[in-house]
Amino acid sequence: MAKSYVSTTINGESAEYLCEPQQTLLDVLRDVVGLTGSKEGCASGDCGACSVLLDGTLVCSCLVLGVEAEGKSILTVEGVAQGDKLHPVQQKFLEHAALQCGFCTPGLIVASKALLDSNPNPTETEIRYWLAGNLCRCTGYDKIVRAVQDAGAVMRGETV
Amino acid sequence: MPGLTYTAPTSVDAAVKLLAGSSGLAKVLSGGTDLLVQMRSGRMKPELIVDTKKIPGIMDIREENGGLIVGAATPGAVVEANAAMNKAWPGVVEALDLIGSTQVQGRCSLAGNLCNASPAADSVPALYAAAATAVIVGSKGRREIPVEQVPTGPGRTSLAKDEFILEFKFPPRPAHSGDAYLRFIPRTEMDIAVVGCGISVTLDDKGVCTAARCSLGAVAPTVLLVQAMADALVGHTLDDATLAKLDAAAQAACKPINDKRGTIEYRTKVAGVLARRAAKIAFDRASGKTVKAH
Repeated sequence: MAKSYVSTTINGESAEYLCEPQQTLLDVLRDVVGLTGSKEGCASGDCGACSVLLDGTLVCSCLVLGVEAEGKSILTVEGVAQGDKLHPVQQKFLEHAALQCGFCTPGLIVASKALLDSNPNPTETEIRYWLAGNLCRCTGYDKIVRAVQDAGAVMRGETV
Repeated sequence: MPGLTYTAPTSVDAAVKLLAGSSGLAKVLSGGTDLLVQMRSGRMKPELIVDTKKIPGIMDIREENGGLIVGAATPGAVVEANAAMNKAWPGVVEALDLIGSTQVQGRCSLAGNLCNASPAADSVPALYAAAATAVIVGSKGRREIPVEQVPTGPGRTSLAKDEFILEFKFPPRPAHSGDAYLRFIPRTEMDIAVVGCGISVTLDDKGVCTAARCSLGAVAPTVLLVQAMADALVGHTLDDATLAKLDAAAQAACKPINDKRGTIEYRTKVAGVLARRAAKIAFDRASGKTVKAH
């Protein structure tokens, strides 16, 4: 089977890869590009562990074909921090212990960043609905919600 | 799945030719939130994928002749952010918004929801109630049919192998019109409808209903457009007697299955309750009130 050549942008840098038509973007990121931050939880769009931004839109990378990324821009969890400086969402997830096993965390970080970029001061209800597609079996979500609220305050310049 | 070919044509003609020329199973790809899951599970083994998203206009919303046209592959999140759609068809917007998570909203489309042909599809009852039409393109040219003529059974549509939906047309909205969609699920988010109900009405200056379209989801093999529910509303204000007739008409239309989500009796009763509540919201919106349904 002929592989397709795909030219795209990943975390701000141009990237090229070859992939098979049925390979999902998640498969490509993990197995071809070598970015293993995005996780495969369910492979059916239910758990959100594979969340990435595709041209700025939050999607499950398991529900996107690798070939569909041609000409597009992808942000994965690996691109959220600025060099050694953690993004406020990452910093607050650490401070609030908003993770235990960590498997859902990459997806939650990307989804939370997307929320705060589009809605800088979300209510708790808005946070919970926005993150309803990111399943966490450890935390009970409460610490995650607090971390996102706190990260929002930092991004708004209200606290550090 | 050996031998799968992915194509992303940039014109309707090219897409139709690809579909017509395929010897095996060819699938149209919009957002992929159903198709990729079906492929992964092995339920669907296409030989050809025709990704329609590069066809001009298929991801856009525009106004034409007083109505709105929504491209078939327009993601839910884009429809929900569109002011004109929110103003004219809040019921359609809230129905589409109920599909899946934020991540799914970034991809899922009206055409995918309609052509996946699940009886429980959330946006479909709202589309029926809205009297939307589907513009279908194929080898024989272009045709336009009411949306309720697309699904023919669970997972089946009336579209020929070489056809796909290009866009949906929403008719101009008369003054004093409103629509609503309600669904019942046992939790608050991320579940499949036990029952769904879409209602669209137009009222006169005194609040008397002059036109109505009503639909039910998840209570039959396909979403139902229920004329008897509309008949219960037309010519009346939304008083207790009208609501009772609407409730009875909804229950009478139900032919549901028993499953883990609900028994026949339960689904039938809930259909009547949702019809009452959705009608109230649609009438309120037609009277100029801003009502949040969910």
